[in-house]
Amino acid sequence: MNPFSIFLRKLSLLFRRNRFRTELDEEMAFHRAQSERELVVSGLSSEKAHSTAAHQFGNTTQILEQSHNNIAFRWETVVQDLRFTLRQLRKNPGFAATAILIIALGIASSVAIFAFVDAALIQPLPYQNPARLVQLFESIPLGPRFHLSYPDYLDWKRDNKVFQSLNVFEPFGFMMKTPDGLRQTDGARVSDGFFRTLGVTPILGRDFYYGEDRPEAPRTTLLTYAAWQKRYGGSPNVLGQTVVLDGDPYVIVGVLPRDFSFAPAEPADFWAILKPSSCRGCHGLFGVARLKDGVSFSAAFADIEAVAQQLERQYPDSNRDQRAFMLPLTDVIVGDIRPILLTVLIGAGLLLLIACVNVASLLLVRTESRRREMAVRGALGASPRRLVRQFITEGMLLACVGSALGIACAEKSMRLLATLIPKDMMAAMPFLHNLGLNARVLAFAVLLAVFAGALFAFTPILRMRFSEIREGLSEGGRGAAGIVWRHFGSRLVVIELATAMVLLTSAGLLGKSFYRLLHVDIGLEPDHIATVHINAQPEKYNKDEKQVALAREIVSSLAQLPGVKSAAITTKLPIEDADGTTGFRVVGRPYHGEHNEVPIRFVSTGYMTTLRTTLVSGRYFADADNVSGAKVVIVNQALAKQYFPGENPVGKQITFGGPKDPAMSIVGLINDIQEGQLDAAPRGAMYLPFVQNPSSSFVVLVRTVQDERAMLPAVEAALQSIDSGMAIYNPMTMDEKIHDAPSTYLHRSSAWIVGGFAVTALLLGVVGLYGVIAYSVSQRTREIGVRMAMGAERRTVYRMVLAEAGQLIVIGVAFGLVISVPAGLLMRNLLFGVRAWDAPTLAAVAAVLALASLLASFLPARRAASVSPAEALRAE
Amino acid sequence: MKKPDLLPGTLDMLILKTLTRAPLHGYGIAQSIKRFSDDVLTVEEGSLYPALQRLLLQGWVKAEWKMTETNRRARFYTLTAAGRKQLGLEVTQFEQMITAIGRVLSEPA
Repeated sequence: MNPFSIFLRKLSLLFRRNRFRTELDEEMAFHRAQSERELVVSGLSSEKAHSTAAHQFGNTTQILEQSHNNIAFRWETVVQDLRFTLRQLRKNPGFAATAILIIALGIASSVAIFAFVDAALIQPLPYQNPARLVQLFESIPLGPRFHLSYPDYLDWKRDNKVFQSLNVFEPFGFMMKTPDGLRQTDGARVSDGFFRTLGVTPILGRDFYYGEDRPEAPRTTLLTYAAWQKRYGGSPNVLGQTVVLDGDPYVIVGVLPRDFSFAPAEPADFWAILKPSSCRGCHGLFGVARLKDGVSFSAAFADIEAVAQQLERQYPDSNRDQRAFMLPLTDVIVGDIRPILLTVLIGAGLLLLIACVNVASLLLVRTESRRREMAVRGALGASPRRLVRQFITEGMLLACVGSALGIACAEKSMRLLATLIPKDMMAAMPFLHNLGLNARVLAFAVLLAVFAGALFAFTPILRMRFSEIREGLSEGGRGAAGIVWRHFGSRLVVIELATAMVLLTSAGLLGKSFYRLLHVDIGLEPDHIATVHINAQPEKYNKDEKQVALAREIVSSLAQLPGVKSAAITTKLPIEDADGTTGFRVVGRPYHGEHNEVPIRFVSTGYMTTLRTTLVSGRYFADADNVSGAKVVIVNQALAKQYFPGENPVGKQITFGGPKDPAMSIVGLINDIQEGQLDAAPRGAMYLPFVQNPSSSFVVLVRTVQDERAMLPAVEAALQSIDSGMAIYNPMTMDEKIHDAPSTYLHRSSAWIVGGFAVTALLLGVVGLYGVIAYSVSQRTREIGVRMAMGAERRTVYRMVLAEAGQLIVIGVAFGLVISVPAGLLMRNLLFGVRAWDAPTLAAVAAVLALASLLASFLPARRAASVSPAEALRAE
Repeated sequence: MKKPDLLPGTLDMLILKTLTRAPLHGYGIAQSIKRFSDDVLTVEEGSLYPALQRLLLQGWVKAEWKMTETNRRARFYTLTAAGRKQLGLEVTQFEQMITAIGRVLSEPA
């Protein structure tokens, strides 16, 4: 008989199950009746014959079951088990809901975080063979990741022997001419082969051709896909159109692919051709290069370092101390976020572990109370294999439902998490646009679900030894088994408590880092400061006097706004980066072309009083420090310490590197304003009067009386009325600047996420402990009853229960302490101003965990103590 | 005295063989095997009915409800052509097996 017709027959029987059963029943009844008749004929009484026939025939249910198995599909028993499981869970909805919720929580957090890890660290960058791409920097004494100059780029490109191609790019904020005046536009400038090096081809139009970056070639630009859609409605007619950027006409020659992003220069709408410069001391470019086949990263690094050293010898004036530095492009793009993501992923994993252990111990408790049921089913003919399968079905069902719910929540929560990322941060992490439940993330989720299901299935099976089944029937499942379970369950609780401890400590350390970061002395009072960036048309304000006049007008009109205490101007706000540097030398000291590179800011008279910095010595700028006045400069303490150790710098003279640069007198010494990110060490910086070095683009700040956020529209309106042709952009408050700064954001988000995991872990751990103690008490009700009947006081009962809990808590916390320190060391890159073994944090966490755990065990202890001896003894 | 169990795997063959003589109901099959084996072989009801379902599924027997001589409804099983072929196959295999076992046993020690 071929398998197909057997399948058909099985199928037709599937729809006639009832008839199959009644027919078989009738057949068997007939059989028994026949045997009974025989027995009567052979002389037995009819009653005796009836029972003998029935006895001879055996277990009808079992026969029915076996016959059924012979003709049924294999999966039908699975359906049966599922139905039974559903009935069981419906009978105990509290258990089912708790277990499913806990699993869903664990899975959701792990999967959501994994999706971020996938988008940032696993999905390849949208370039051809991204692993062979590197980013090149010039390393100067201030730090390794500084810019190249254009002539250096050309020499690096010509002299290296290790790169297939080397190109440069520069993030560049363009001022775009629009009918309404200048508008600030994000963009980048790149050399001709930039996109070919990355292996990116425009989807519309063409790439830059070789030599398009020569001075005589017309200026051209590419558009990102998003900018094409947003600014040109996705029209193909965009090719050949002209945009005026920074006063120069650029022809649009192509549109970049939709999935293109290049984080080091983002956000950028226009990718314009970079024109050459002959200034070897002007730095603004980063290199991007593709390694030749077979060339290792370190070999390439050595080669480009040698090239830079050669240049240093060749151009001692401009290139002194300018080394090469190189990083894999992937590290540049995801290097900052990698440790955070991995930490958070481990946190999520630990939470999932606690969640699973928790559900497993809930299942164990249920197993205990189901020993009798198992015994009955076994006696009625269920095979051990079938009973085991029942557990597996239950475990898998819980895991599946919980995981399905978890995956649904993960989708929601990853979207939520993504919206919490500030816009600027998001722009710097374009790879996060690929965030989503893709195949890899789903596979990860399924893997977790299978793991959880297996854990849930096998925990009760391990406990339920089938030799005990018969015992279970006779004695009601009490005694030794309960004790064994208590040991097993309590081991699980120790794991939970220790894990919770690790998570809590990590959260504590990260929280403390974040607190420390926010309370770094930034050298100014950030409250009540509102800021706006301004870019005036260079062709209108083409002379120093005009720029000074504009700045004066802006400061005086803003200062007169009601609610404004003072207004000021700077060329760069604090808490950004330490860029905008210049070299200087001290007049009267021998000079050998050293690069004493320090950040330099051009500020108005009221800048320091508006920020409320501290004057250490000398004076702030005054109105007399104008174009006709003597050249003056204010330096900070870090600079004084570095270049004037043991001296008062006020009264000394410095000058910029060139021989024709005029000498400037240091008139003031102020405290260190944090120019770089919050977690950066303070650096030397100098401040020059804006009026002596004016420009047409700057930042205005106002100190307000009340809410600074509310003042921003008035400030912008006032600026508009001065000259509506200016680009007025980036309105924000100083507090926002501090809170949205990348370093703050990274610290804050990791502290919050791990903190969330830790609180959940604490809850789950405490609930787990409660479960163990409560179960132990319920098993010992009788014993407690006996003790109390024998005269034990309630206090003794309390002590007995709390001692049991206390032991678990001490072991759990001790383990947690031991693991917490290495865990803290693992994430030391994320810590700021706090060590992995920070004693106050460890002590506080241990105390919180112990207290919460004691509280949880207090409830069952009270129940135990309130046992009425008479009832307890009667209870059986 | 405890009666010997059926050799494993032989129940299907015995049922099919029994049905070559005439269509029978389950009770009849059991009785028939018992009688022809001189009460040596007893077919357990617990194996008989599941086995019959298996044979039906394989298409080696057919079943239909008929009235017995005592005027009760009973399900009668009839051998099909496929069943006859299967019987031949099983008998051959069984005989080969018995011969082989016999040879091993008749080997002088």
